[in-house]
Amino acid sequence: MIRETPEINAGSMADIAFLLLIFFLVTTTMDVDSGIVRKLPPPIDPNAPIPDVNKRNVYTVLINSSDMLLVNGEIGDLKYLRRNVKEFLTPHVPDNANFPSTEEVEVDFIGKYNKSKGIVSMQNDRGTSYKTYISVQNELAAAVRELRDELSKQYFGMDFNTLLKTDEDKAKSIQEAVPMAISEAEPANFGGTK
Amino acid sequence: MSKFKKDGKRKTPGISTASLPDIVFMLLFFFMVATVMREVTLVVKVYAPEASEVQKLEDKSLVSFIYVGKPVQHLKAKYGDDDRIQLNDAFGEVNQVGDFISISIEQIAEYKRKQHIVSMKVDEDARMGIVTDVKQELRKANALKINYSTRKATAVAE
Repeated sequence: MIRETPEINAGSMADIAFLLLIFFLVTTTMDVDSGIVRKLPPPIDPNAPIPDVNKRNVYTVLINSSDMLLVNGEIGDLKYLRRNVKEFLTPHVPDNANFPSTEEVEVDFIGKYNKSKGIVSMQNDRGTSYKTYISVQNELAAAVRELRDELSKQYFGMDFNTLLKTDEDKAKSIQEAVPMAISEAEPANFGGTK
Repeated sequence: MSKFKKDGKRKTPGISTASLPDIVFMLLFFFMVATVMREVTLVVKVYAPEASEVQKLEDKSLVSFIYVGKPVQHLKAKYGDDDRIQLNDAFGEVNQVGDFISISIEQIAEYKRKQHIVSMKVDEDARMGIVTDVKQELRKANALKINYSTRKATAVAE
């Protein structure tokens, strides 16, 4: 007579698997890291000449240690910053003395384009809070992104992010036409220290 | 009499739990694949600010992280309440940032070194002074691509 081998009890298998599962749940993080991407300027040669930039081409944004904004010499508000920067960076043809000068350039896929020479110059105090700094950076980035979106819709019929995924060369020409013209000055101590 | 008459002695059979391990293993594998092991123990508190114009960090192996914030609660007595920098697992000073960057670049395969990116994880209450010092060090170390780590906020509709 053949004896039947008894089956192994698999009831505790679930417990073991749960134990492993809980271990992985605890030790791992799921967050996808994301953030605002910026490029720092390379270290400057102290003897390099100061670039001559026309005053009308520069839009200054200063943040003091109490997180207040001074935009082009007037007290500014974060709410209007995006709109104002967008307006400033939009190329104005024919030439308008209140806005930066333009330059006609030849861009691939787009052709002749009047590129704005405007630069947003941002300076902060050492006592400025990081939160305010990031929200200003965010507004500036948003202004440029909206301009790129508009141009991209006009020429390629889709917004910039979609274009970036579908056709990198075309996206590059948009980037060339609307550069991320944000410059950061070395921080100073103005408006008191903290 | 009828065909459908119940026996009376029948019990409801127990539900088989044999497939339970399979289900749990499935969950387990999902988490194993979808997650990354926590690499560093934070010694500073970092609560990132919100922003909407964000880009994802694609390849974690190309990223070095610099944390800036106040020391966590149980280290406050020892290290004070000022903003500090964390490099790897320990507190660092501003002048160590350059070394930290060159060491982490060396760990990247040579052909990928150009794509190296520094992720700054800074607490929203930190002051810009220390962040600027770190940025100046990064410029000196020629690590120019940076990413300010933020939490995703939904863009305000216009």
